[in-house]
Amino acid sequence: MLLIPCPNCGSRDETEFHYGGQAHVAYPENPTELNDREWAEFLFYRDNTKGAFAERWLHSTGCRQWFNMLRDTVTYDIQAVYAMGTPRPATTGPAASEPGTASTAADSTTTGNAAPSTSSSSTTAPEGATK
Amino acid sequence: MSNQQLPEHPDFLWRNPEPKSSYDAVIVGGGGHGLATAYFLAKNHGMTNIAVLEKGWLAGGNMARNTTIIRSNYLWDESAAIYEHALKLWEILPEELEYDFLFSQRGVMNLAHTLGDVRESIRRVGANKLNGVDAEWLDPKQVKELCPILNINDNIRYPVMGATYQPRAGIAKHDHVAWAFARKCDELGVDIIQNCEVTGFVKDGNRVVGVKTNQGTINTEKVGLCAAGHSSVLAEMAGFRLPIQSHPLQALVSELHEPVHPTVVMSNHVHVYVSQAHKGELVMGAGVDSYNGYGQRGSFHVIEHQMAAAVELFPIFARAHVLRTWGGIVDTTLDASPIVGTTPVENMFVNCGWGTGGFKGTPAAGLTFAHTIATGTPHKLNKPFALERFETGALIDEHGAAAVAH
Repeated sequence: MLLIPCPNCGSRDETEFHYGGQAHVAYPENPTELNDREWAEFLFYRDNTKGAFAERWLHSTGCRQWFNMLRDTVTYDIQAVYAMGTPRPATTGPAASEPGTASTAADSTTTGNAAPSTSSSSTTAPEGATK
Repeated sequence: MSNQQLPEHPDFLWRNPEPKSSYDAVIVGGGGHGLATAYFLAKNHGMTNIAVLEKGWLAGGNMARNTTIIRSNYLWDESAAIYEHALKLWEILPEELEYDFLFSQRGVMNLAHTLGDVRESIRRVGANKLNGVDAEWLDPKQVKELCPILNINDNIRYPVMGATYQPRAGIAKHDHVAWAFARKCDELGVDIIQNCEVTGFVKDGNRVVGVKTNQGTINTEKVGLCAAGHSSVLAEMAGFRLPIQSHPLQALVSELHEPVHPTVVMSNHVHVYVSQAHKGELVMGAGVDSYNGYGQRGSFHVIEHQMAAAVELFPIFARAHVLRTWGGIVDTTLDASPIVGTTPVENMFVNCGWGTGGFKGTPAAGLTFAHTIATGTPHKLNKPFALERFETGALIDEHGAAAVAH
């Protein structure tokens, strides 16, 4: 059971959340110009990183808000949580994965002006965040 | 219920050779699929100067971690063809490999708990029959006759409204299957190299010409990837992507009990599948954890959920104990069907995406993947399972259509 630090509600059991897969996959900017290969990349291809992975979670039985989380897919350690629309914080974990080719643009939901919360103490998962 | 003893452990199974400097083909991954591929490369295509590289110990990944269910009652023609071919191979392999790995055709029952389940099940029975797959629809009374320990009362949360039944389906001793293939591979001259982790590939332009390992670089004309949950990691080393997500999948066993469970029961809706192993332990599996994971372990609430379902369906399990739980890493695709075929890298081939159901496919994966590697073109059975289907849109959507969610 992961203990997930929701940025709004604090640490809650994994059973309160829904998984949203890889973060920072933007909708194609010019959908009409994509060929089949590029559509396949957008629809079916996601990074499958072994190591630090930026992913989306929804606190479905709590605040019902989406957020991003950086989690190690081997140790399951939660390294950071950060707002949708903000860039992935730097970590000391294994190298980041290659960005998708369908879209290498920044997160399409980048509309707010919330600063990346890397400096905030709330971004770091409490100890024993995973089990 | 089989009261057979476990097979006698042979004195000798395989050599542990040093890797040669070059091979005609290298298979990455010494699990069931890798070993079956090597076996069929040697047997059907005369390719004996080949090696199987395994980063850990032989068949210690998903081959050691699955619930050993073998069935072929898939909905779509493409799936029914490849899984039914696998089942036919399972029926002759003990003799062919000269190793009785206790393939027990005790039948597999897939329960229906809702009207939607009932309709889907009856449709699938019809589709199976048209594809030459043995299938029957059972009403609750017939379900009870076949498996007396099942609770068919209608006062439980998800009552049993019937089941599909495939009599030729069953279970086998998974470790012995791997050893049977490994022994034959070794006899045919295949080098099985354990503790040999692939760290990269040598390419000449877009053509693979070698494999870098922790035991040195091995030159090879062809590479076949059979790495299940780690397929994406290898593909990234080779410079291409796969539409695969790796998830933890857990299973567990109870302590040993007298034979009480005569068949295999699977329930898609409440998500549990149960059989009783030859020695007597109840073997159960559940669904995948939602998140991507390479940790070979999952969350306990998944097991708790599965146990709740099992106890409601099988009240006599209430006082059994969980003896051991474990997890494997399964390679899931978005259409819940495998990928067996060529890759964007020349002379590199991939067999992956079998997700939660790869064990049953082992012989057909080996047969078709060996054909693909040896000839450079797919066998007719794996042609629909090419990587290109994600581009063409010709998906084989077995989600919810395959008797159990993958």
